[in-house]
Amino acid sequence: MSLTEAIASFVRDGDTVVIEGFTHLICFAAGHEIIRQGRRDLTLCRLTPDLIYDQMIAAGCARKLVFSWAGNPGAGSLHAFRRAVEGKTGGRPLELEEYSHFGMVGRFSAGAARLPFWTMRNYAGSELPSVNERIRTVTCPYTAEVLATVPALNPDVTIVHAQRADAEGNAQIWGLLGVQKEAAFASRRVIVVVEELVASDVVRADPNRTVIPGMIVDAVVVEPWGAHPSYAQGYYDRDNDFYVAWEGISRDPARLARYLDEFVYGVPDRVGYLVKHPGLAARLRAKQRLASGVNYGF
Amino acid sequence: MASVAARELADGEVVFVGIGLPNLACNLARATHAPHLLLIYESGAVGAAPERLPVSIGDPALVTGSLMVCGMADVFQCFLQNGRIEVGFLGGAQIDRYANINTTVIGSYGRPTVRLPGSGGATEIAVHAQRTLVMSRLSPRTFPERVDFITSPGHRCHGVSRGELGLPGAGPVKVITDKAVLEADSESGGGELVLAALYPGVAVADVRAGVGWDLKTRTTLSRIDPPSAHELRLMREVLDPRRLYLGA
Repeated sequence: MSLTEAIASFVRDGDTVVIEGFTHLICFAAGHEIIRQGRRDLTLCRLTPDLIYDQMIAAGCARKLVFSWAGNPGAGSLHAFRRAVEGKTGGRPLELEEYSHFGMVGRFSAGAARLPFWTMRNYAGSELPSVNERIRTVTCPYTAEVLATVPALNPDVTIVHAQRADAEGNAQIWGLLGVQKEAAFASRRVIVVVEELVASDVVRADPNRTVIPGMIVDAVVVEPWGAHPSYAQGYYDRDNDFYVAWEGISRDPARLARYLDEFVYGVPDRVGYLVKHPGLAARLRAKQRLASGVNYGF
Repeated sequence: MASVAARELADGEVVFVGIGLPNLACNLARATHAPHLLLIYESGAVGAAPERLPVSIGDPALVTGSLMVCGMADVFQCFLQNGRIEVGFLGGAQIDRYANINTTVIGSYGRPTVRLPGSGGATEIAVHAQRTLVMSRLSPRTFPERVDFITSPGHRCHGVSRGELGLPGAGPVKVITDKAVLEADSESGGGELVLAALYPGVAVADVRAGVGWDLKTRTTLSRIDPPSAHELRLMREVLDPRRLYLGA
């Protein structure tokens, strides 16, 4: 299935949408396609909104953001996000629902296990519960300890970028794993976008590397370099220069609009985006560091 | 600051590494007196041995050659909440008299003057790490008497102590600044930050001018040695040649 078809089929206006990936494997290709298809009123959830949600907020896709850290690490701010929160856009303010990383991880874990909430020892002394009434407490029935709780998060659709999958969507990820497994299992619909489609034999030869089983996957899309300017371990490095450049682009709403016009609205798909980024492979292609195989025999 | 923080780390300790200067400090410690420092990043890299200074805590160089890569649920549950993290690093836009840290908003939450990134993993690091080290440059804006928002608890939150809150870790025991080191007084002493050590050439008045409250001073102040030639060479030529964290 093409990414255009997958987004058209599985992402609807008003949906709760998750594009996960902690620095690694953030599916910019899917974010751009959602922008191109003009989705509106989305509740966007991610631990770290990153540049992709900054772009989707700037493009008017988001009604609400559920998150735990909204910055551009080492490079600056997410300025479209900040303008929307600081009331500088003139439009309807962006609704926020804010946790810490542990809280967001707990929300996905509860969602994946189909529990109503997750519990953790956290938030005592912090003022986060005073601005988010969904962070609550429960008394342990065994020890009487008061523990923090966060509600389950069950997205309408989760989009996960992976290094490879077979045609059924059995997806293998190595390198940083983030919360993709929990987010996918928590979700009603799952789209897997991969660098490479492989034969089922390749997956079966190394089953411990499968993070998302095809049985929960609704669509498999092949989109090489689909995570750029994020990265895919063993395929290409993070485009840190672009993350630094985003500070200047996002600070100026007119420049940000020109960026979207040229690199998102101005191209039909990811292939068009890559045509506008010549030399990526020469600059970012990963060096080889192969792991030795293991014996799965019995 | 990075060399002062590096000296706080003992060989073999388990450190939860933050981005920025803490990253440089941990990698400096590993290259000098603490080769067996175990670096854990919230992104899931355990026992990382990065061959280049990571640009972010999700840098691919953290994976290559590390001991283990796990999901983030494991990081927070099996390592942090389990009590396995001996040292955590924190920073913030505001740090107050009781070492409460604000990384959420300047101004009110509903109508912020400046929207900051938020907690990330900071709240739970402040709760669970056996001790935390804070790194921040001194200025009255950064060190107000009270933070605008408590993202991460210090030693006293709205008058309630860490012990009364039931927090497992010891909290921010030291604040490493560009002029001095502040230490948290004991809980019975109120848990307030006091001046404990000065950098060469810095006077007590210089430090007091950089905080927004009447800073108390220990009766005997330590003197901090400047970075050695070896430490400087390592930082400038090996660890951070592109001056990502050291500045120009």
